[in-house]
Amino acid sequence: MALVHNRFDDQTIRMSEATAGDFFALLKPRVMSLVVFTAFVGMVAAPVTINPFLAVVAILAIAIGAGASGALNMWYDADIDAVMTRTASRPVPSGKVTPHEALTFGLVLSALSVMTLGVLVNWLSAALLAFTIFFYAVIYTMWLKRWTPQNIVIGGAAGALPPMIGWAAVTGSVSFESVVLFLITFLWTPPHFWALALFKSQDYERAGIPMMPNVAGEASTRRQIFAYSLLLAPVGVAPWLLGYTTIGYGVVSLALGIGFVWYAWKVLQMPDSDRVMKPAKQLFAYSLLYLFVIFAAYLADSVIERVFALGGA
Amino acid sequence: MSDKDLVTLTEKQKKARRSRNVAIGLALAALVIIFYLATIAKFGPGILDRPL
Repeated sequence: MALVHNRFDDQTIRMSEATAGDFFALLKPRVMSLVVFTAFVGMVAAPVTINPFLAVVAILAIAIGAGASGALNMWYDADIDAVMTRTASRPVPSGKVTPHEALTFGLVLSALSVMTLGVLVNWLSAALLAFTIFFYAVIYTMWLKRWTPQNIVIGGAAGALPPMIGWAAVTGSVSFESVVLFLITFLWTPPHFWALALFKSQDYERAGIPMMPNVAGEASTRRQIFAYSLLLAPVGVAPWLLGYTTIGYGVVSLALGIGFVWYAWKVLQMPDSDRVMKPAKQLFAYSLLYLFVIFAAYLADSVIERVFALGGA
Repeated sequence: MSDKDLVTLTEKQKKARRSRNVAIGLALAALVIIFYLATIAKFGPGILDRPL
């Protein structure tokens, strides 16, 4: 009897047809671009600088770490991704990548990104990156997402950490200024995802995910969206109020915050009979613009302040 | 070894495997370059100037 059977006609053996592009899709490139951007803002806003090449390495490691947590999320959530229209074409539910491949890919990249950041930049930022991956893949994906309607409220911490990681990569510490940057994304997450959950509630219902509209109802969700927008608007302006930025950022963030509350107000006014939910779709689109512009304003403010400081020196 | 023991890849599988191999090759080359340059950046040219 042979010890090794090379029975390749066995139906259980599958030759992969996954391309590099399919593996890249596992990294959730669009989420990754937001992570890279906010982490970069955290690095530039920091009061000190590091070698530019090490800064590039830090950004790359943070991006790969964020992508790895996305791959782990797609491995674990393949069953619910398959029944939701928004996610059915992802590499695992569409059969292009096997769950085992996605898991291995996610674990290898997690270890590689954390070790690279630790060895080449510093271990505080590496520890924060490791915590972010753990929080997103284990606390959010495996536990909160299928258990409580507060899933994206608590889980939002994972998406909010990158500016703190960027700050820690440069300074080797965590300061209140970086905590304020964390709070902006943290408080932005619930109204952003609940606006989506309002007009995609049937998708979430089919997948059995306890999103707020499916559990507490649409009216309660609309009220909570408005409440969070009232919290977010002043926190967005806080960097100026606390003296971290110039009035330029203050004006932009105030205008953005008023716009956010206005769109959230329109969602609050939305009648129960409205099935098109245009105000929720408008708030969702506006929230993406809000986050991008507020961080871009912070970035521009930090760069301008630094240029003036150099000119005055 | 009989023909039954061998795997004949389809064109699609061959193309996918090549795409994965190229990506892995590029990633490994990038890692080598990153660690080389980062070592110079962290320690400076002094890393080459050691007493024998």
